[in-house]
Amino acid sequence: MAQVVLNVLTSRKYHKTAIRQESPFVRNILMAVVFIFLGLFLLMPVAVILFTAFQKGLGEYWHAITMPDTLAAIRLTLITAAVAVPLNLVFGIAASWAIAKFEFRGRKILTTFIDLPFSVSPVISGLIYILLFGAQGTFGPWLAEHDIKIIFAVPGIILATIFVTFPFIAKELIPLMESQGKDEEISAIMLGANGWQTFFRVTLPNIKWGLLYGVILCNARAMGEFGAVSVVSGHIRGLTNTVPLHVEILYNEYNFTAAFAVASLLMVLAFVTLGIKQFIEWRLQRQLTGENNGN
Amino acid sequence: MKKRRNIIPGFHLSLGFTWAYLGLIVLIPLTMLFVNSSTMGWEAFFEAVTSRRALAAYRLSFGASAIAAVINAVFGLLTAWVLVRYSFPGKKFVSAMIDLPFALPTAVAGIALTAIYAPNGWIGQFMAQFGIKTAFSPIGITIALTFIGLPFVVRTVEPVLEDIDAEIEEAAFSLGANRWQIFQKIILPLLMPSLLAGTAMAFARAVGEYGSVVFISGNMPMKTEIVPLLIITKLEQYDYQGATAIAIVMLLISFVILLSVNALSKWSLKS
Repeated sequence: MAQVVLNVLTSRKYHKTAIRQESPFVRNILMAVVFIFLGLFLLMPVAVILFTAFQKGLGEYWHAITMPDTLAAIRLTLITAAVAVPLNLVFGIAASWAIAKFEFRGRKILTTFIDLPFSVSPVISGLIYILLFGAQGTFGPWLAEHDIKIIFAVPGIILATIFVTFPFIAKELIPLMESQGKDEEISAIMLGANGWQTFFRVTLPNIKWGLLYGVILCNARAMGEFGAVSVVSGHIRGLTNTVPLHVEILYNEYNFTAAFAVASLLMVLAFVTLGIKQFIEWRLQRQLTGENNGN
Repeated sequence: MKKRRNIIPGFHLSLGFTWAYLGLIVLIPLTMLFVNSSTMGWEAFFEAVTSRRALAAYRLSFGASAIAAVINAVFGLLTAWVLVRYSFPGKKFVSAMIDLPFALPTAVAGIALTAIYAPNGWIGQFMAQFGIKTAFSPIGITIALTFIGLPFVVRTVEPVLEDIDAEIEEAAFSLGANRWQIFQKIILPLLMPSLLAGTAMAFARAVGEYGSVVFISGNMPMKTEIVPLLIITKLEQYDYQGATAIAIVMLLISFVILLSVNALSKWSLKS
């Protein structure tokens, strides 16, 4: 989204001069190549999911997505996202408040650390929690003694999900809040508002679209994460299976119709995410151009 | 210069929470990798990360990721070009679709691509007629890695391309350069930092990818086993130290890529 802000702030109206256009022949070839590429890589997967999901009719589709195991998986996925997203939201707000509104030592390194989980393979994200909480892990014996299960149980799934979705919201909010500066907050404080009032009445309205943007991307990843969750889940049907893991199990059992039916639910989630994302980008563009006109 | 006191409250609270949460969720668990491997000794570590099976996995992971990144560089640049410079019906929709690989869960992409490229799939059956095995071979892995890296190059090149001044091209044109010369000598060098940054991001993402690959790869040791899968296999055999050792190698390589991406983006902002 920082990109969106930049685009809007810096993009000039593109001059349509003949000099900047290729000949119609070249143009058509380039467009054809791009459409074939995108058709193969984007359109065809979507088509094959829908085709296979509904291959055996609506009844089978409905049966697949209302099986008890599917419903249990949906429930677990919703619980996981309901814990992971708010926690990362609070973190994102705290981190961006500290980084954007204050100067302090270690600011750069903190920003780099926040991005770390993005460069860690999902499989490693799961592995590190096994090393901590697994049966052979650092806290393994202690956890066993107190009868607490983290690995191959719901807490492990939630932890791994928090890790892989860790930077999403902070990454959107930090550049946004930095670009807005701190003058408005300072004015509010000078006029007598306290910290929370300032945040809720001044900062929050300014960052709400960026915040929502981060939240929906974070949520999409939290609900769709596969690798990290797969390592820590133990694949216990009906208990520790999230929706993506359930898709894998159905697929490996050669139950393709059901696998693709459940997968189509995740695809709907992806499209809803893209739709909301598009809407927010449009709102932001309007907000920014509105501000520019006002000046 | 006298330093002004910052009157905004909440500094200690927000910074304290940030470091605590970061430490608990990210930093401490990640250091466990190094703590855990320190108990195994250099020799065992070296043996684990240089076993024949591990070397085959690195070769496959980095090779397929590199090919996928190059494919994405070429087609990503083309896509960005078409999206920025041409107009056609449904352009908004196409532009929104570019982010699908970010939004679609990897497992879903994995089974969809496998269904397309399996020997009885929509495309796989034609490839099979020519005797080409796509799914369950390195080709299939490369296809999956191309899919998940697709948005990176498009999204990094787009804003830079939008920003290029028309006057530069007009000046070159008035000096007698043709379209191809203008592209090659003027536009491409301007795009290069962002193009390289996007390609490096796609590569980094591909190296660690698991979900979309595991279905299409066939998972044969030495042949179609990527590094993340090797880590999982070792975990399932309770070889925690072997898994950790390979994970460390991967992690360090990812950091090197991350640092070069950061350097590239800085360079791209400067020019």
